Amino acid sequence: MTGRESLAETGQDRDWEMQARARAIVAEHQGQPGALLPLLHAIQAEFGCVEPSVVPVLAEGLNLSVAEVHGVVTFYHDLRHARPGRHVIKVCQAEACQAVGADSLLAHVRRSLGVDRGGTPPDDAFTVDVVYCLGNCALGPTVMIDDVVHGRVTPARFDALADVRRRAAP
Amino acid sequence: MSAVTVTVPRDTAALSVGADDVAAAIVAEADRRGLAVTLVRTGSRGLFWLEPMVEVVGPDGVRHAYGPMTADDVPGLFDADFLEAIDHHPLAHGPTDSIAYLKDQQRLTFARCGVIDPLSVIDYRTHGGFVGLDRALTMAPEAICAEITHGGLRGRGGAGFPTGIKWTTVREAPGPTKYICCNADEGDGGTFADRMLMEGDPFLLIEGMTIAALAVGAREGFVYVRSEYPRAIATLRAAIATAEAEGWLGEGIHGTDRAFHLHVRVGAGAYICGEETAMLESLEGRRGQVRAKPPLPAHEGLFGKPTVVNNVLTLAAVPVILAQGAAFYRDFGAGRSRGTQPFQLAGNIRRGGLVELAFGVRLTDLVHRFGGGTLSGRPVRAVQVGGPLGAYLPGDGLDVAADYETLAETGAMLGHGGLVVFDDTVDMARQARFAMAFCAIESCGKCTPCRIGSQRGVEVIDRIMAGENRAANRAVLDDLCEVMAEASLCAMGGLTPNPVRSALAHFPEDFKRPPTARAAE
Repeated sequence: MTGRESLAETGQDRDWEMQARARAIVAEHQGQPGALLPLLHAIQAEFGCVEPSVVPVLAEGLNLSVAEVHGVVTFYHDLRHARPGRHVIKVCQAEACQAVGADSLLAHVRRSLGVDRGGTPPDDAFTVDVVYCLGNCALGPTVMIDDVVHGRVTPARFDALADVRRRAAP
Repeated sequence: MSAVTVTVPRDTAALSVGADDVAAAIVAEADRRGLAVTLVRTGSRGLFWLEPMVEVVGPDGVRHAYGPMTADDVPGLFDADFLEAIDHHPLAHGPTDSIAYLKDQQRLTFARCGVIDPLSVIDYRTHGGFVGLDRALTMAPEAICAEITHGGLRGRGGAGFPTGIKWTTVREAPGPTKYICCNADEGDGGTFADRMLMEGDPFLLIEGMTIAALAVGAREGFVYVRSEYPRAIATLRAAIATAEAEGWLGEGIHGTDRAFHLHVRVGAGAYICGEETAMLESLEGRRGQVRAKPPLPAHEGLFGKPTVVNNVLTLAAVPVILAQGAAFYRDFGAGRSRGTQPFQLAGNIRRGGLVELAFGVRLTDLVHRFGGGTLSGRPVRAVQVGGPLGAYLPGDGLDVAADYETLAETGAMLGHGGLVVFDDTVDMARQARFAMAFCAIESCGKCTPCRIGSQRGVEVIDRIMAGENRAANRAVLDDLCEVMAEASLCAMGGLTPNPVRSALAHFPEDFKRPPTARAAE
């Protein structure tokens, strides 16, 4: 299957537009060796995720099979298939944070936001993920909100951090 | 009055507890009082329990430390004339270099970290940077490899393979194209030294990789950094651009006709990509699945070419060996473990941070003398040494020298030098279960013992914890550990039994508790 055929199958304006933008990003990465992972990061930075409809575009651009690209997309924990909430919260569950109460913090986060692992609450403000080590192992429990790491996170501190973001305009 | 220099770290750990707020408060307060302050953002000294730790450079050039600071503390410190580097304040710790935690260390790799502006080539050179590279530029590749071999440097990523021998293998491999790959996929829970170094002294890593390139005849290199370290990625990219602009990287290194091009590649949340062949697969744009060895990466590595794969700390130890000589470096250490190791004190610990010492320091010194015991004040019950694949040692079993061989004799391993401390509230059966669960989540899936064994391991431990037929399930668990240890393709499946077996050996009572006792917690 080539990218063009699959593109014709979808027939939706949104997919057309997304695929056109994806094609432009592919063009920026085509030359470099081992381009797929940097390309996937760039796609996710642009769209928030790697939707199945762009996979054929990437495959065609890098002269790979759709199966190869799909295999890579599904291998890496970071790569998402659906757009996350406006803010991504990663709660560390590795050993050093476990030693200072990471499991009870995670329980609090889920309770407080009303979501399960990987889940997004109805207001679309947050997606909660677990992560194994953020390299802040002497100041745990550690939570990363978007790209910012927070240490010594108590339940009260977490609620304050989440409130600031919830109140911010989308 | 000339401006007083004040340093505030911009290391992720310091920022995680408010370093930016403290820096902003200092600038605002100085402004309000009409005082001249030069604010320098540094890496961290690695005294994380004092972060955010602010330093004031006194009139004699000596730095004085204050911490842990909050923005609210700033006006009070100005009232106490902290810009005059006073030491009589509850948050004052005196001259930074006299703080016992720092004074008692032997910092070779981390000598500059937290001291300099990480992105200033001038700062880097003023503090001895690029001396090793300048020397390497005058040496034959054989001589550089020999210097590293004589220095006794071994891989700091965990395997402990002699670096000079690896480099010699790549140097002698045929073909014009060779690569230097730095493994900065620091995924082990309880480790942060690579991150600290990339954020606090990135030119050191660049210098080490460039020396490696000169030693083996490579013209291109990659740093594979995990995505969980956005600040390290940004700092490294900025440092590479600066090094290129100032003639220390790229074409014509420091006025010679030598060239080395360095690229940063970002991982995507797969722990297994810390395994060197999985990392190479990932760099090539594929699933991070482990390759069978042989061929070794030194013969057929990245894109099938001879490749040096070294950890951040290994490459960062290289410049000092070239600058000060092999004899200087190998004078540190014990037995066949030469040089220094940046240990990382983590978890439930009062004074967590980075402690760089010659190999041979006793674990109890690290945990108690430096670390001060647990943060909770309760007894130390267990310490996991060397990451998620390392053994759990009992709190009363820490009188062990930290070097590759001695730790191996006790059934433990150094790994990447992380120590995670747990107090007496820890449930070691749950920790054993986590080791299997982590392996099940992170296994690349290529070999059966790891992919399936870890899943079965979780189930068997669940049955033991639930009190089902414990003796029979224990026998199954022992068999499973043996199969994983002996038959897995790489260290992920092969070493996951370490935490499980050590938990069973040292904390058998946790596997015998009545299930109701656990459920009630």
